[in-house]
Amino acid sequence: MPERAGRPNLIEARGLTKRFGSFTAVDNVDFDVAAGEAFGFLGPNGAGKSSTMRMIGCVSPVTEGKLLVLGRDPAVHGAEIRARLGVVPQEDNLDNELTVFENLLVYGRYFDLPRSVLKPRIDELLDFVQLGDRRDDRTEPLSGGMKRRLTIARSLINEPELLLLDEPTTGLDPQARHVLWDRLYRLKQQGVTLVLTTHYMDEAEQLCDRLVVMDKARIVAEGSPRELIERYSTREVVELRFPAGTQESVAYRLDGIATRTEVLPDRVLLYTDDADATVAAVHRRAVVPENIVERRSTLEDVFLRLTGRSLVD
Amino acid sequence: MEASRTMRVVESRLLTYKRTWRFGVTTSFVNPFLFLLSMGVGLGSIVDKSTTSASTLHGVDYLTFLAPGLLAATAMQVAAGEATYPVLASVKWNPVYRGMLATPLSVGDLVAGQVTWIGIRLLQATTVFLVVMGLFGAIESPLALAAVPAATLTGLAIAAPICAYSASIERDTGLSTVLRFGIIPMFLFSGTFFPISQLPTALQWIAYFTPLWHGVDLCRSLSLGTAELLPSIGHVVYLSTWFVVGTWLAAKAFAKRLIL
Repeated sequence: MPERAGRPNLIEARGLTKRFGSFTAVDNVDFDVAAGEAFGFLGPNGAGKSSTMRMIGCVSPVTEGKLLVLGRDPAVHGAEIRARLGVVPQEDNLDNELTVFENLLVYGRYFDLPRSVLKPRIDELLDFVQLGDRRDDRTEPLSGGMKRRLTIARSLINEPELLLLDEPTTGLDPQARHVLWDRLYRLKQQGVTLVLTTHYMDEAEQLCDRLVVMDKARIVAEGSPRELIERYSTREVVELRFPAGTQESVAYRLDGIATRTEVLPDRVLLYTDDADATVAAVHRRAVVPENIVERRSTLEDVFLRLTGRSLVD
Repeated sequence: MEASRTMRVVESRLLTYKRTWRFGVTTSFVNPFLFLLSMGVGLGSIVDKSTTSASTLHGVDYLTFLAPGLLAATAMQVAAGEATYPVLASVKWNPVYRGMLATPLSVGDLVAGQVTWIGIRLLQATTVFLVVMGLFGAIESPLALAAVPAATLTGLAIAAPICAYSASIERDTGLSTVLRFGIIPMFLFSGTFFPISQLPTALQWIAYFTPLWHGVDLCRSLSLGTAELLPSIGHVVYLSTWFVVGTWLAAKAFAKRLIL
């Protein structure tokens, strides 16, 4: 990884494994996260992303393997490491009985920060996440997007070196997701190291410099979004949709038309470096789909190639 | 576990309590007042006419007999209130404990903070109760001042194991079981309203094992000025054992639930 040269690793995992009884949630994974990078775990639900995040967050003991966070061992220095982390959990755990301001105040106190430091910092953070006008409102009635933003503000209260975000935009509407991405992008530009899990390929593409694809507790690929697409997919994709029940009967007529053909239950994907030429070839073979879409390859295609399954079921 | 971190947890509970403290203080004053008025003065006026009451009630009127017992029982009620729903809510419905554990706080800090907070609530409620007892003239000895820490210890002895239980269950039906089969029977049969010598022998033995009986006997002997050193030490040791073992169990239960 030449672009990471000279920057220290904030996280190092070797043979990292997490078992719950006989169930293996994370199976022998290796990865490094360098300072200043935005690193992602992409994979479907149940792939082991959250278990990995909880081990990094020093709230879940490592079953086997080596893990260093900020150069330290979570089993020995959990509290010291957590003092320098920011965590946005998958499930909101704001105190619903407190106001927006009080949530941040109480949380800052857990880090032993004095009130005189916290008060101005809270107002800055509330401005940053665009919740300044809700400062003294109860937390309970806030919308899902606002609660996520408040949770992000809360995670920044100790000015962390490393920010862990577990499925930061799951369950949010598209507009709220874009607001959140914008804020995370700004943090990244300020030099905060981001580690996030997601099962949204667009989120991974937007935010991550580098990511690992996880499936069934293992890491199946690693690289930048662009590298992964180049390595595991073609530049472009043609999607063909056929009337229900007729797809099987035409699929054989598409043989050899593209670099790779993927027959899904509801459509046929043709992987190609030149979508226009492929569409022309489809027409020449007198195949008439109901609908044709030409698009760029995405991480979704990478995932399909690597696992034979879609990311979001 | 660090003292400063324990206090951070207490701070957060205090901030939540601030929202409802007026209600809390009012009930901790009004409840004893109503109880002492109806049971102590009202029911007491009938009890005191009985010819045998003087010997069974340590030679005092019913109000004076009842008040320190109710002090201990009130501590139990406050303890049960703080150790049931708020604890289950904080692991389940509004999982603030999880958020706390993402900070430098440890499970030990969390349990210590939660238990300390319950102790503070108990000190507050039992102090108010003692004041009300004084207003009713139901105190016989200056030793009664020691009944405040005694009742607080009683509450903690009961709260700690309940915290452990609340942190380990999935549904709140388990909490009503605690109230129905633990708190209410103890309230009725641990010597608060009548001496347990009035119970059948088998039930007397059960009563001896309840933390509340030890709390009632200790508070009563202090309030009446009849406390003797050895039995008092015995009560304190017994209640402290419940408290220490209960807190240890709570730490186990919290860790099991929150550290996956």
